[in-house]
Amino acid sequence: MSLVNFTAREITCKIVYYGPGRSGKTTNLQYVYGRVPESRRGRMVSLATQTDRTLFFDFLPLELGTISGFTTKFQLYTVPGQSYYNATRKLVLQGADGVVFVGDSQARRFDDNLESLQNLQDNLLAQGVDVRQLPVVFQYNKQDLPRDLILSHEEMDDALNFRAVPSFPADALHGAGVFETLRGVSELVLKRLAVGSPVA
Amino acid sequence: MTVTLNPLYRFDTLVVGAANRLAATAARAVAESPGTVYNPLFIYAQPGLGKTHLLMAIGHAARAIDPAVTVEYLTLDEFVEAFHAAIAAGHGEAYRQRFHDVDLLLVDDVQFLTHRREMQAELLRLTDALQAANRQIVLTSDRPPAEIEALDERLIRRFAGGLIIDVAAPDYETRVAILRRKAEERRAAFGAGVLEAVALLDIDNVRELLGALNRLIAFQAVSETPLTPEQARTLVGGDTGSENGAVLPPAVPAPVPPPASSEFDDFLTEIAATVAQQVDAWREKVSAAILRWQGEGFRTAQLEALLQQEMLADPERALREFEEDVERLRTLRAEAVALVPDLEGSAAFRDPADLAAAQEALRQAREEGPPPPAPSPLWRLDDVVETSGNRMVLEALRSVAGDPGARYNPLVLVGGAAVGKTHLLHALGNALAAHGGPVACLSAPEFTDELIEAIDRGTVAAWRARYRRASAFLLDDVHLVAAKGRTQDELFVLFNVLVDDGRQLVFTSAVPPAELEGVETRLRSRLEGGLVVELPPPEAAVRERVIARDIESKLGAADPALAAYVAARPAESVRAAQALLQRVLDASAERHVAPTPAFAREVLEDAPPPSRPQAGPASGIVAPGAGATRSREKIVWEWPQAGERVIEEWR
Repeated sequence: MSLVNFTAREITCKIVYYGPGRSGKTTNLQYVYGRVPESRRGRMVSLATQTDRTLFFDFLPLELGTISGFTTKFQLYTVPGQSYYNATRKLVLQGADGVVFVGDSQARRFDDNLESLQNLQDNLLAQGVDVRQLPVVFQYNKQDLPRDLILSHEEMDDALNFRAVPSFPADALHGAGVFETLRGVSELVLKRLAVGSPVA
Repeated sequence: MTVTLNPLYRFDTLVVGAANRLAATAARAVAESPGTVYNPLFIYAQPGLGKTHLLMAIGHAARAIDPAVTVEYLTLDEFVEAFHAAIAAGHGEAYRQRFHDVDLLLVDDVQFLTHRREMQAELLRLTDALQAANRQIVLTSDRPPAEIEALDERLIRRFAGGLIIDVAAPDYETRVAILRRKAEERRAAFGAGVLEAVALLDIDNVRELLGALNRLIAFQAVSETPLTPEQARTLVGGDTGSENGAVLPPAVPAPVPPPASSEFDDFLTEIAATVAQQVDAWREKVSAAILRWQGEGFRTAQLEALLQQEMLADPERALREFEEDVERLRTLRAEAVALVPDLEGSAAFRDPADLAAAQEALRQAREEGPPPPAPSPLWRLDDVVETSGNRMVLEALRSVAGDPGARYNPLVLVGGAAVGKTHLLHALGNALAAHGGPVACLSAPEFTDELIEAIDRGTVAAWRARYRRASAFLLDDVHLVAAKGRTQDELFVLFNVLVDDGRQLVFTSAVPPAELEGVETRLRSRLEGGLVVELPPPEAAVRERVIARDIESKLGAADPALAAYVAARPAESVRAAQALLQRVLDASAERHVAPTPAFAREVLEDAPPPSRPQAGPASGIVAPGAGATRSREKIVWEWPQAGERVIEEWR
């Protein structure tokens, strides 16, 4: 998809929240949805199971208004975390301008995080996208849980963030770190506007 | 009085953002090579945006690069004060000399030149003197030169001839960078988002921004808990316009709960800043390119037009294309200059938008070489003093000027040395130039020299073409082509070509054509075939008017009595009479006496000749030395006193 349409003077960023099941991707979108004035947000689409698990994907369109003469829109997506929905994940990932990898900080989900991250890289590779060139940030969710149940920010970085991209501790349920994460990925995406240079 | 440069105002302490990047780039360029790139450099900005910082940074950097560079920084007020003090003390010249010897002059706040005509004149003189000596002058003001009230137009033009550049208010990112840099300098640490929250406030002035930082530092010093972004905003935002020293808020302000949408608003603000920065990055690139190419002397209207657009889809491509055009211009210019060195600074090779003009100039250079030498613009036919003696000559000249090539072709002016032949020739040349087309006006020796050079370079054909396209051909001192066979051949052919085409030829000669020696008959007869007029020696009336004009131009006021006296002195020509006047003026300057007729009489009649040797004390008889009159006779300048005389008896 076209990130910047100079003719239509439109910037559209597609940001995908990726991560293992129940890591808090939908919670991130719900928190953002709750903080965005009605005039700025579109209808949040969420296809969920009866147990509140994302069946297909969540979609939250954000109208940021006219910035420097450009109508700026953000589209936030989540993917279903469960491993058997990989076809859906591939579909949602197509044309993503940036990815937020939402990791679950609980120590017991360590392997799920790794597996999901590996899955992200595989899917990107299958689409011909070089993960080193795509803006990616990490969010380590559930940092509000007791210390003995979770891995710290540094430990999560050691485990997942071997490219040293920006990473954010979060408590998505209460909003801590949600906007910081969104801002982090947005800046990386937008910095590619001018020259299309590789993201640091 | 010169202020020492503030050691904190250096380039490495300057936070450079989009708003001041161009000014900082230009300032660095000036510091690296004073007097060569942008001279004068004029920086203007609202107060508190870093003009003085930039100015002093130039001084520091220039000294760091070359410690021998002399730098003088002062504000306009100091400049004025020093001038008045120097004038009062009678040291006006020393004051001027002081600035003339400075390699890098930095003048702050020149907006105060308003209505100060005398200082404007002084600054104009100084700017000219510094530029002429390749010394750098940098000025700052709070407004562009054209908006400084009652500023001399010539100063505006001088400033425009260098580089005028503004510093805008810092953008969000620059404000954050400034706050972080200053906080670091003050060793103050703030929580995440505090400085960013302050930078988001509408504070454009850097001084006010630093005032806000001072408040934060003061508040944090008395507070037990670290400041939050919300508290910082409340602390500073309520009174952004006040300066330092504002009353501090209570030590622990009540926490302000963020409204529900504040997170989104903050997010939006930051995203907007990022988008603006990224989307407008092309403007910065184009502006930098404009600065660069202007500095190299190319016109940049094309690039300036790009800045008028709201969006540029592919700035890299536009800049690349511009650069390619510049390269083409350079190639064309190099070839043209090799053919015609005079084209080095030609405007035809400065506009990348008009490659056609450059190609045309090169084509002309290939075909024709440079235009022929033109008559000196100093001499005009209307300025020639008409007398009964030269009336006929002037009539002939006017007739030729009115109807070139038709009545008297060629016209030959004959006269001895210094009777005004060259003057009249150039004056007629200027009158002929009014009819359009290039008028060639040069002396016979120059004509010969050019021919020799063309033969040497193998460009005789181009040289010939250069004169054959002249609308009129005027040759001074044609008698000097004597014994120069090839010159005469070329002149003969040129003569025929031009006359056949109805174009005017004019010659001056020391002798009538019939008496020319060493000149081929065929050429001589053609010269005789036109109108030959003889210029009489200048009459006293002409001489007097010329002398009167000289007096007026040199003394600034007319003095008819002095003019009449000098003109009446015996002199062979006007030039000799002018030399007499100069002698009087030199003596007047030397002795500090007004050049009155009486003084002139004293100088020209009473004073001994300048080379007159002094009489010896004993005999008063001077024997001729080397270079003196080769005579066996003794020369007696003064008779000795009676007591000193020796009387010999002759036997």
